[in-house]
Amino acid sequence: MIPEIGHFALILALALALVQAIFPLAGSFTGSRAWMGMARPLAWGQFTFTLLALAALGQAFLTDDFSVAYVAHNSNSLLPDMYKVSAVWGAHEGSLLLWATLLAAWGAAVATFSRALPLAVIARVISVQGMVSIGFLLFMLLTSNPFDRIFPMPPEGRDLNPLLQDFGLAIHPPMLYMGYVGFSVAFAFAIAALIGGRLDAAWARWSRPWTTVAWIFLTIGIALGSWWAYYELGWGGWWFWDPVENASLMPWLVGTALIHSLAVTEKRGAFKSWTVLLAISAFSLSLLGTFLVRSGVLTSVHAFATDPTRGTFILIFLCVVIGGSLVLYAWRAPSVSTGGGFTLVSRESFLLANNLLLTLFAALVLFGTLAPLIYEAMAWGKISVGFPWFNMMFLAVMPFLALFMGIGHLARWKQDEPGRLARQLWIAFALSVAVTALAFLPGISAGHATVPLGIGLAAWLTFSHLTGLYERLRHKRGLRGALADLTGNSRSYYGMLLAHLGVAVLIVGITMVSHFGVEKDVRMSPGASQEVAGYRFQFEGAQAVNGPNYRAHRGRFLVFEGDRQIAVLEPEKRAYLTGGMPMTEAAILPGLTRDLYVSLGEAVDQQGDWALRLYYKPYVRWIWLGAIFMGLGGLLALSDRRYRTAKQRVQAGDTIGAAGTARI
Amino acid sequence: MRLKMLPAAFLAGALALPLAAGTAQAFTLEEFTFDDPAKQAEFRGLIDELRCLVCQNESLSASQAELAQDLRREVYEMMRAGKSKAEVVDFLVARYGDFVLYSPPIRPSTYVLWFGPLALGLLGAVVVLRTIRAKGKGQDADLTEAERKRLAGLLNQGGEPSRRPQGDRS
Amino acid sequence: MSKSLRFLLPLALFVALVALLFFGLGTDPRKVPSPLVGKPVPQFTLPTLQDPKRTVSDADLRGQVSLVNVWFSTCVSCRAEHRQLMAIAKESGVQIVGLNWKDDKPDALQMLRQFGNPYHVVAFDEDGRVGIDWGVYGAPETFVIDRKGTIRYKQIGPIDQAVWQETLRPIVDQLKAES
Repeated sequence: MIPEIGHFALILALALALVQAIFPLAGSFTGSRAWMGMARPLAWGQFTFTLLALAALGQAFLTDDFSVAYVAHNSNSLLPDMYKVSAVWGAHEGSLLLWATLLAAWGAAVATFSRALPLAVIARVISVQGMVSIGFLLFMLLTSNPFDRIFPMPPEGRDLNPLLQDFGLAIHPPMLYMGYVGFSVAFAFAIAALIGGRLDAAWARWSRPWTTVAWIFLTIGIALGSWWAYYELGWGGWWFWDPVENASLMPWLVGTALIHSLAVTEKRGAFKSWTVLLAISAFSLSLLGTFLVRSGVLTSVHAFATDPTRGTFILIFLCVVIGGSLVLYAWRAPSVSTGGGFTLVSRESFLLANNLLLTLFAALVLFGTLAPLIYEAMAWGKISVGFPWFNMMFLAVMPFLALFMGIGHLARWKQDEPGRLARQLWIAFALSVAVTALAFLPGISAGHATVPLGIGLAAWLTFSHLTGLYERLRHKRGLRGALADLTGNSRSYYGMLLAHLGVAVLIVGITMVSHFGVEKDVRMSPGASQEVAGYRFQFEGAQAVNGPNYRAHRGRFLVFEGDRQIAVLEPEKRAYLTGGMPMTEAAILPGLTRDLYVSLGEAVDQQGDWALRLYYKPYVRWIWLGAIFMGLGGLLALSDRRYRTAKQRVQAGDTIGAAGTARI
Repeated sequence: MRLKMLPAAFLAGALALPLAAGTAQAFTLEEFTFDDPAKQAEFRGLIDELRCLVCQNESLSASQAELAQDLRREVYEMMRAGKSKAEVVDFLVARYGDFVLYSPPIRPSTYVLWFGPLALGLLGAVVVLRTIRAKGKGQDADLTEAERKRLAGLLNQGGEPSRRPQGDRS
Repeated sequence: MSKSLRFLLPLALFVALVALLFFGLGTDPRKVPSPLVGKPVPQFTLPTLQDPKRTVSDADLRGQVSLVNVWFSTCVSCRAEHRQLMAIAKESGVQIVGLNWKDDKPDALQMLRQFGNPYHVVAFDEDGRVGIDWGVYGAPETFVIDRKGTIRYKQIGPIDQAVWQETLRPIVDQLKAES
């Protein structure tokens, strides 16, 4: 009964989405306030029904309703409740329902928190969101219904993939989807602006907070995925350039370019058509990612569904949404007036340069991901493009990005003098060069040229931003003045500072763990010891244990630093009762400057010998710490007071002047 | 320069594999040891950069597939016999094609992959510079002579200037 | 680039992307084409499955058109295609040589007893070395060899009616017609 209610709720949601896509938009042309006024209630209604459907599916899981095919394929009565809930979005159909629900949620949020916006704009934005929702709801109802029944009803479910029975992976998809779907708001605003023919600073100001929130979610979502892969897969890796990982990175890169571009459009009215294109692209890349994971076009360990018929549907959907928006762009964007001019040495220049670098990198990632397919299509042979190529691209782009980041935040808008910048930055530059030179010492760089490069770039980012901070606080009165600055209307500046420092932290983490990580493959008998990077691992043997839905062997390791025992690590090798390949649960001793990591391989003989891996991972946590800093920086920037006083600003008029009091 | 990023070790391939019954096989690398640590590192580097054909998104070093273990053994024995890295790669490519390499070889058909990004980057740089040059002429030069005179006149009179953008504080 | 042309560029790139993805929907990214097509069969000598004292070698693949079928007993798809192999052996004049890959000898013999033996002879590749020389990465795989002992086609995956009628049979007929 409940699944039927869920199914019906989806149909209702589709009906509402259809009305939502047509009437408010039409009303914005005819001037009908009644029709435009329908937008908000429709958005709330659609959210209510999709949420109802999601709840119904959740209920089906929690009550072990195996008459529902999706539940039977992805759950099991022995599965802990927490994972029954996360199993809702663990496979194709359910994850689509999550997409649709979050899409409707964002629509409802826009409907709620946009009182200050003109009705016509809101009507158009919500209509565009409705159009996207139609696609997802239709896709579900026609090809991937989570509520399909299975007959005869199996007595027991097939179980959730053991890899997904994990907290990190439970929250990774919702975070990621909040990001992907959040870009639909920026997309909708861009389309609404193109339709209305009005691309101005006000549009940028409205889009910015929504885009920033989406970006924060995506940043955290990607970091979660990386962290999960690290501790769950047992190999200590954190990024594999797998097609689906790339599919999440591309919208993030374009999204980062977008939030910076929006800043310029808001402040100076420049880059308008470029910003609109980025807004369209960010969401398009999110949709493209959805396609890649579900169509079977690329092999990936992540692939949800490898079904070409479903793939065809999504591809048609992509054509309509992305193709339609690009046609609109080609038609409307040329008539948009260009904004303020700027010279070669100006903040606009540096932002533009980095915008292009980010976009270039996203394009390269796309190219590398699709290259095998391109080669096959052109009959140039079957090749594969993997981490060596992607890493090389990263190393080619990153230094320029960091270089410009270090200068850009200090540069004046519109026009600055190279001499002034040089005077401000030469100390930071000299210090960075000194640090780089030091890092070239054989004892530090261990013969790899990329170590000094990474350290040097991180140093440059840090020193240049500290210089900027100093310059800024120098003009405040003492410490109290400085603190007042922080709590006042400069949160966006401190947000920028924190986020950019996050990048420096990320670079350090990547550099250190890539070059100084140590891995040892050994066979150990109970009682034996191994030494890795100055730490001693003593193996105490492995015992059989039972979990709620698995049987395992648990190893025991005593870890010594010198003579002092610092930890006991207990990695496991699990065999889930519902079959499938055995899984390793690595044991990790986390630390700010290093992780120690043990993972069991196989039992080698009857005497208790095990083949296993021991790892020393220096600074690996800095990778995710950097991402957290970026997210927090975004949050700080969002809390800037000007977003809270937006109402007064809109009433004062839509000119660029209204945005002029912002400090960044 | 090589960043070691080991791909995931997990799912079985699409083509049927034997359901490994019973005997615990050591699917880690501890049995492939060399006395010379440089040779060991070379072996490890090589299998990190070879793709497993069964679990196609894992390297030969990470994959748990039986074929991967067989191929690891082949590589090990070849290196033990004194074959160079290039010879081992040629051996595998002759049998499995370029797909077995994570890094496609540099040949005319892959020039676009290896040199394309550079070309794209340069193109991007050119575009940026030209855009900035164009913007530099800007709209502030758009006032005609007559308008300039009028502006000067207004300013001299100390009259109310119309609302102007204040965007210049950094 | 003229102003309005510049704005059409994203659309043009998108159209190219869609064309590529549409092509991609029709392909199987997991299939790895063989570089051995067009080359002579790898040299090998293996004991036969039924009688270890007899051997089978690459010389046995010269002189007539043959199919070399890679299989093992616990492979589900191999069992599925077995009936089709029996039909091919009976109806066409093609010699089917089996390559029993990394299998358990008793299990392999049992499978042939149970489902019939379409093979002219079966080579027993216990450790898989010969398989590696043939570029085998999964079963079932079938190679089509011409009279001169050159590999002309590799079929990845099981052979069913459709595959035989539409793909393999035309190739076999053409090779038979060659002198």
